[in-house]
Amino acid sequence: MSYATQKLAEEKVFKDPVHRYIHVRDQVIWDLINSREVQRLRRIKQLGTSYLVFHGAEHSRFNHSLGVYEIVRRISDDIFHGRPEWDESERLVVLCAALLHDLGHGPFSHSFEKVFSVDHEEFTREILLGDTEVNEILLKVSAEFPKKVAEVIAKTYSNKQVVSLISSQIDADRMDYLQRDAYYTGVSYGHFDMERILRVMRPLDDQVVIKSSGMHAVEDYIMSRYQMYWQVYFHPVARSAEVILRKILQRAKELSESGYKFEQPPTHFLAFFDRSFTLKEYLALDEGVLMTYFQLWMTERDPILSDLCDRFVNRRLFQYVDFDPGKDYKKLGELAQLFHSAGIDPEYYLIDDSTSDLPYDFYRPGEEEERLPIHLLMPNGDIKELSRLSQIVDAISGKRRTDYKLYFPAELLIDGKKTAIKQQILEMLREGGL
Amino acid sequence: MLQEHAKIVDFIATAEGVTGRKKLQKMIYIMKKMDLPFQEKYEFHIYGPYSEELTARVHELCDMGFLTEALEDKGSYVQYKYTVTEEGMEFRKVLGKSVLDNPSTAEKLNARSGRFLELTATLLYFDNLNRQEQIDKLHVVKGKLNFTAEEIDEAFAFIEGLRS
Repeated sequence: MSYATQKLAEEKVFKDPVHRYIHVRDQVIWDLINSREVQRLRRIKQLGTSYLVFHGAEHSRFNHSLGVYEIVRRISDDIFHGRPEWDESERLVVLCAALLHDLGHGPFSHSFEKVFSVDHEEFTREILLGDTEVNEILLKVSAEFPKKVAEVIAKTYSNKQVVSLISSQIDADRMDYLQRDAYYTGVSYGHFDMERILRVMRPLDDQVVIKSSGMHAVEDYIMSRYQMYWQVYFHPVARSAEVILRKILQRAKELSESGYKFEQPPTHFLAFFDRSFTLKEYLALDEGVLMTYFQLWMTERDPILSDLCDRFVNRRLFQYVDFDPGKDYKKLGELAQLFHSAGIDPEYYLIDDSTSDLPYDFYRPGEEEERLPIHLLMPNGDIKELSRLSQIVDAISGKRRTDYKLYFPAELLIDGKKTAIKQQILEMLREGGL
Repeated sequence: MLQEHAKIVDFIATAEGVTGRKKLQKMIYIMKKMDLPFQEKYEFHIYGPYSEELTARVHELCDMGFLTEALEDKGSYVQYKYTVTEEGMEFRKVLGKSVLDNPSTAEKLNARSGRFLELTATLLYFDNLNRQEQIDKLHVVKGKLNFTAEEIDEAFAFIEGLRS
């Protein structure tokens, strides 16, 4: 028996709060789960800084990766199995891609990637194709196998059905993270009838479609996604923590480049400051490492670095106000000047942040949209785009919503020093000056 | 603050307007690959490299009144044309310096069709592969577009030209 088809002596199961059990029969999957690079995902939180708002949100990318694998396993082994439109030979590649799709995420990915201009998808590819335990396992399947898995994750694989299962407007990735994040944050949104959706998914030509009888379950899924984005993922307080985290990394980089003598040198970051990093150095980072630095830097001599670290570790987050950048960008410049005059560095203490989401979109011929629509399979075999049949989905299709916030340390503006300038700042911030 | 927004406004102003969402996406991607400091993150989508962040930023700039988005009816299909408004020009002036070392780059890109830029951007997306592998991959992901050998050679030459 080849390694690709080798089964475990008996099925292994992981207890899971979302799917009840994660089932593993394939030796390849079991070996991948036990690899160093997949185990590293236990040390990276799925929701980054959201745990500072929703205290239950401490779950990791490891949990989520297993969840996506389990959904794809069910689709492949139960729902699509035996259907002539599904190529059974793709089973192992899609299972591996599901398990490994987030492999390149780093600690607090979003902030880390912004400050150091790195891309987790590039790291995913490097882990799959480079000198790693994961690559060694995938190579045992075949010489071309690591590349195939990387192509599925990069969405450049030839079989679009396989890509759609991992990445589309209704994919295993989203179905897992919505439910998992809802469970761990404790919110009541994010729940939908996944069982129903799975039962009505069908492989067809170069896509995965949904039987029209499942339309209402899909509507529920789209609305869940909409709610989760605005209530959880874009929560303004979690964004405040994210802003501080970004500024810590930026400050450490700036200090290092200016020759500042750290009491606790940023050893793990040096290669990222000058962009000479290797994959090994990237994999050596996790959230435990970052949090250790933040703890130690709380006593650094640099007042900005120590303050920002203290804010992050002890959850002394920035306050925020709404602002309209189109109208207020000049006032923002004035405000930055006032911060300077008040002895507060606006580069680190006055930060604008925007976030936006498009809940669902469909392809309009010629309009160059980039999202693959959700297609419904009608009883007569016709295919119809979801928003043409669903009034609820139609109501939110193509509607982008954006939120702008300005973050600042409120308590520094009422600490009794330079009160006149600070009063002016507070008035601009709170009394509609912006 | 708003520096990334300013870069997009500056680029569209330099190009004297851009027609086509796809075209704008590919132009920024190609410039990013030429090491210009655009921060938008790209992934591979239907038309090749695509940035959701850029789509959001352009939408925000329209909301702010710095860009206008006009629908152009091309007969069998429609396209969006982006131009910088007076307020956008003022914003560009206030926010400062251009990231374009050579403004003619914007013109060179704008003079090309969306199809050509899609081809160029897709080849650049696979620039970690050798030339033949890039072409093979192009045919896998863009099979329906039937790019000819001449078009592909021209795109490689265009990339060389931009790099020099």
